[in-house]
This record gives sequence, structure tokens and C-alpha cells, in this order.
Amino acid sequence: MSGEMAAFILLAAVTVIPAIVVVTSRNIVRAALSLVPAFLGVSGLYVLLQAEFVTAIQILIYAGAITVLILFVIMLTAGGTGLPVRQVNEQVPLGIAVAGALAGGLLFVLLRARWPVVSGEMPRYNAKAIGTALLTNYALIFEVTSLVLLVSLIGAIIIARKEGS
Amino acid sequence: MQLGLPHFLTLSVLLFSIGLYGVLTRRNAVAILMGIELMLNAANVNLVAFNRYVSPGVMPGQVFALVVITLAACEAAVGLALVMAAYRSLETVHVDEINLLKW
Amino acid sequence: MREAVIPVSWILEIVKATLSAVAVFTFAAVFAAMLGVYLERKISGWIQARVGPKHVGPQGILQTVADTIKLLQKENIVPRHADYLVFSSAPLIVTVAALLGYVVIPWGKLGDWVLIVRDLNIGVLYFAAMSSLVVIGILTGGWSSNNKYALLGGLRSASQLISYELPLGFAIISVAMMAGSLSTVEIVNAQQDVWFVFKQPLAFLIFLTAAAAETNRVPFDLPEAESELVAGYFAEYTGMRFALFQLGEYAEMLAMAAMTTVLFLGGWRGPWLPPILWFFIKTYAVVFFFMWVRWTYPRLRIDQLLNLSWKVLLPLGLLNILVTGLVVTLAR
Repeated sequence: MSGEMAAFILLAAVTVIPAIVVVTSRNIVRAALSLVPAFLGVSGLYVLLQAEFVTAIQILIYAGAITVLILFVIMLTAGGTGLPVRQVNEQVPLGIAVAGALAGGLLFVLLRARWPVVSGEMPRYNAKAIGTALLTNYALIFEVTSLVLLVSLIGAIIIARKEGS
Repeated sequence: MQLGLPHFLTLSVLLFSIGLYGVLTRRNAVAILMGIELMLNAANVNLVAFNRYVSPGVMPGQVFALVVITLAACEAAVGLALVMAAYRSLETVHVDEINLLKW
Repeated sequence: MREAVIPVSWILEIVKATLSAVAVFTFAAVFAAMLGVYLERKISGWIQARVGPKHVGPQGILQTVADTIKLLQKENIVPRHADYLVFSSAPLIVTVAALLGYVVIPWGKLGDWVLIVRDLNIGVLYFAAMSSLVVIGILTGGWSSNNKYALLGGLRSASQLISYELPLGFAIISVAMMAGSLSTVEIVNAQQDVWFVFKQPLAFLIFLTAAAAETNRVPFDLPEAESELVAGYFAEYTGMRFALFQLGEYAEMLAMAAMTTVLFLGGWRGPWLPPILWFFIKTYAVVFFFMWVRWTYPRLRIDQLLNLSWKVLLPLGLLNILVTGLVVTLAR
């Protein structure tokens, strides 16, 4: 068993088990807190895939900002009392069936395809390569994303504002 | 067995279907958003894995993953703002109780 | 990262990582928490024209040890309807996230070998990411205490911390642009001729302000002041958990001070004295500055605090990045 395989199994466990807790827990705050190890596990997987910059951004934004946002909204709305309320609707068997069918179908297709795997070398300085790519090849995506960020920021502030303030 | 693309694809499919189950079966609107975030993460893992194994040396997978992270943040912000606004006027965050338009 | 050819070498890496983690955490616990608390009380005493602790040990230096023993033998109270798992894990999250930031701090240089746990490619970005994980611990600590004052304190502190992450990031980015790299060792090496505090004075001020706000220190300590909201988000914590919160806060303050020296004050560079000594002198000069500010200024209200971050530091940080980018491009 190589070191990478051991690391992958550990990180997969750290990602998938809290993810299951996220979607099945009866306590919504525990569900939101289980998002943190799921996101940290995913960022560990990025390190395995030699994408260090994406790792840092994932921790910064997902584990550090989006989780805090979700926790804020939970605490400011009804879920903040922590009382056990029925959290699932009546579609549980259907949900399991659909998710299972999708997983099965995707696995069947993806694992049977012959991907053109190339064993090349990733660029040594990941952040530098991404920066260069963002400002040369993908400059348009960069600009449009910043525009979308601006619009959604303004929209979120306006929507969440109290009436008459 | 060497760590390769199929492992990451399996993981991303698992994570995606777990997120999908969460979106389909939860009552709390914020919990549905959490399931959506899991699905977006699964897609990101897929993108970065393909970048590493199928086209190393160029960066499109990671750039796309960064854009997806950014857009997920935007979408979470707007979605949660909507949840807060709905809570303020309807007093509930459970999506099966928000049925004012039904006759 | 290469595929492991020898199957045993990754176990060796895990052992090495565990040993260095233990070393860093012990070091941080001693130098940050114990020395930091002692310094705080002595310096505050000096500024307030009184003597600090002086009975326990020579010059009162074992005072923190006595305090820790006192805290350890206090009763561990968990509020009745609090969620026990979440309640216990909150101080752990804060402490571990603060201590993980120590991985990328270079403590000095022995000959050619830099004393750092791991010189990551993305060093300063990793540091910013770790300090953003502390917010989750504070938020859950505030919520799980089942106490409306703790919840309010936790929410206020979390909003303060996330507001000040942005100026912190902007100051870091300006320095990284000047040094051309995100690695801490590279940044220190890029300060060979002149320290970045002279080339980037605005970023220095922004970083100091944001660092003070990130560690909940006065003048930004409204969420945890004793007279406000019954000491805020750790109102319900007793004994060892409270000690862990304090350890996490002081460790983060020392980490921020160390990062200030790395980014702006030239790290370990200096004539004559060994590099480790220079690093400690500079770091503790910044720590002294933090404590001096604490006992000099009154605290800001929460809205003044957030106004400062969003309306003053954020535009200044962006302006700084713009000007730095312009200068760096034109100078090439």
C-alpha cells in the first residue's frame, strides 16, 4: 500500500462520513458543523492532486466563510434552538432510490470508460501557474466571475435587508 | 494498487449522490443548500482530478474549480439571503410549509 | 510529491510530522501562552504604574504555571441543555486552528538550514486559511453554551473576525506581490536590502490593525470584554476548556506577531546576533506593541469596529494592491 493510497483512504473517510452526517442528522447545527470536516477532507484531496492553491482557497472560502454563513443563518432562523424537529420529508425512499440509481449509473459509465491518462508533471509552482493562466488564457472568465460576485453581493445585501431600513 | 483516476471519480460520484439525497429529502431550506454545496464540491474534485491525470501541465481544471468555488460562494450568499427574507415574512424555513401559492 | 517508491517512507514521514507537531505545540504553549500571559500582566502593571505578579517564583515568572494549575483543578461544568459534543469541541477547534498556523513560520536559520516545520509553496495563504478556521470554533462555542449572551457574543465576534480577514488578506497579498512568492522563506529572503515595512507602510498598518482584530484584542475586544455580555462567547466555559480558549488566543497572537516580523520586519535577518535571537527580539517587540496598544486605547463599539473594517481598511487595502501592482509592473 503506497503512502498516497493510505492518505487517499483516510481523506475519503474524513470526507464521506461527515457528508453522510450532513444529510441525515436530525440536529441541523450538527449537520452544518459536519460540513467542516467534509470540506477539509476535500482540500486534503486537492493536496493529493498537487493543487495547493486550490487547497488554500477551499479552506479559506468553503470551511472558513461559507460554513460561517450557513451557521449564521441557522442561528438567526428557527433552527437555532436545536430542538429536534422532523428534518426529512416523505420522499426518503424515493430520494435513496434516485441517489442510488444516479451513483450506480455514473459509476458504471465512468469506470468503464478508457480515459487518456497521461503521466506528466504538474508545474512546480502551482500558484504562479494558476495566476498566469487566469491573466492570459482565462482572463475573460476571471472578469466575468468578478462581475457575478459583485452582482450577487449587492443582491444578497438588498434581499436580506430589513424592511424600511 | 496505484492511486489513479478511478479512485477520485468514485469518490466524487459518492459525494455527489450523498449531496443529491440531501437536496431531495430535507425539509429545512438551509439543509438543502448544504446538500448543494456537497454536490459542488464533488464536481470540483472531479475537475481537479481530471486536470491532474488527463492533462497535467496546463491549468484549465483548477481554474474552472476556482471559478466554481467562487460561484458557489455567491450562490450560497444569495440563497441564504432569500432564506432569511422568507423566514422574516413567513416565519418558517421548512420548504414543505411554504405553500402559499397552492390552492 | 512523488509516488512512494519505498513503502516504509511514508510511515517515517508521519512520525516526523507528529514529532514536529508535538514540538511546535509545546513550544507554542510555553512561549505563547505562559510567557505571553506573564508578559501581559507585567507590562500592564508597568503601564499602570504598579508591579505585576512578583510572588510566585523569581520575579513572578511562575505565575502562569500557578494559574494553569488552578484552572486545571476547577470543576468542569457543562450547561444543562447544551450539546455536549459541540460544547467540548469548540475550544479544541480554536486552539488547533491557531496552532496549525505555526507550521509555516520560519524561526531562524542555522547556517544554511531554515528552522521551519514545512516551507509550503503557499505559506502565507495557508496561514490566512488557518486563522479563518478559528471563527467556526468561536461561533460554535457561543451557540453551544445555550446562553443568549454567549450566543450574541459569539455572533458579534464571528462577524468581527470575518470582516477583518479581508484586510489581512490584502496586506498579505501586497507583500507577496513585492516578494514574488507566497512562501514565507522566500518573503524573508526578498527583504535582503530593505525591510518591507519601509516599502509597504500602509500594508504594515493594515496588517497590524487586522491582526489585532483577528485575535480579539483591545481595541477590538468588545465580544469578550468582562463588562460586555458577561465575557462573551466563553461565558459558560470553566476549567481546562477555558484554559484551552486562552491558549488558543495567545498562541494566535504570537503567530500574528511572528507573521508580522516575517512579512514586514525582515524575519530573521540582522547583523551579528544569531538569526533565532533576532526573530525572537522582533516578534516580542511586536507583542509588546500589541500589549501597549491594549492598555492605552479604549475599546471600539461593534458598529465602529465593523465600519473601520469595511469602510476604511478594505478600500485602503485595495488601493494598496493597485499601487503595488502598478509599481511592480512598471519597475520590471
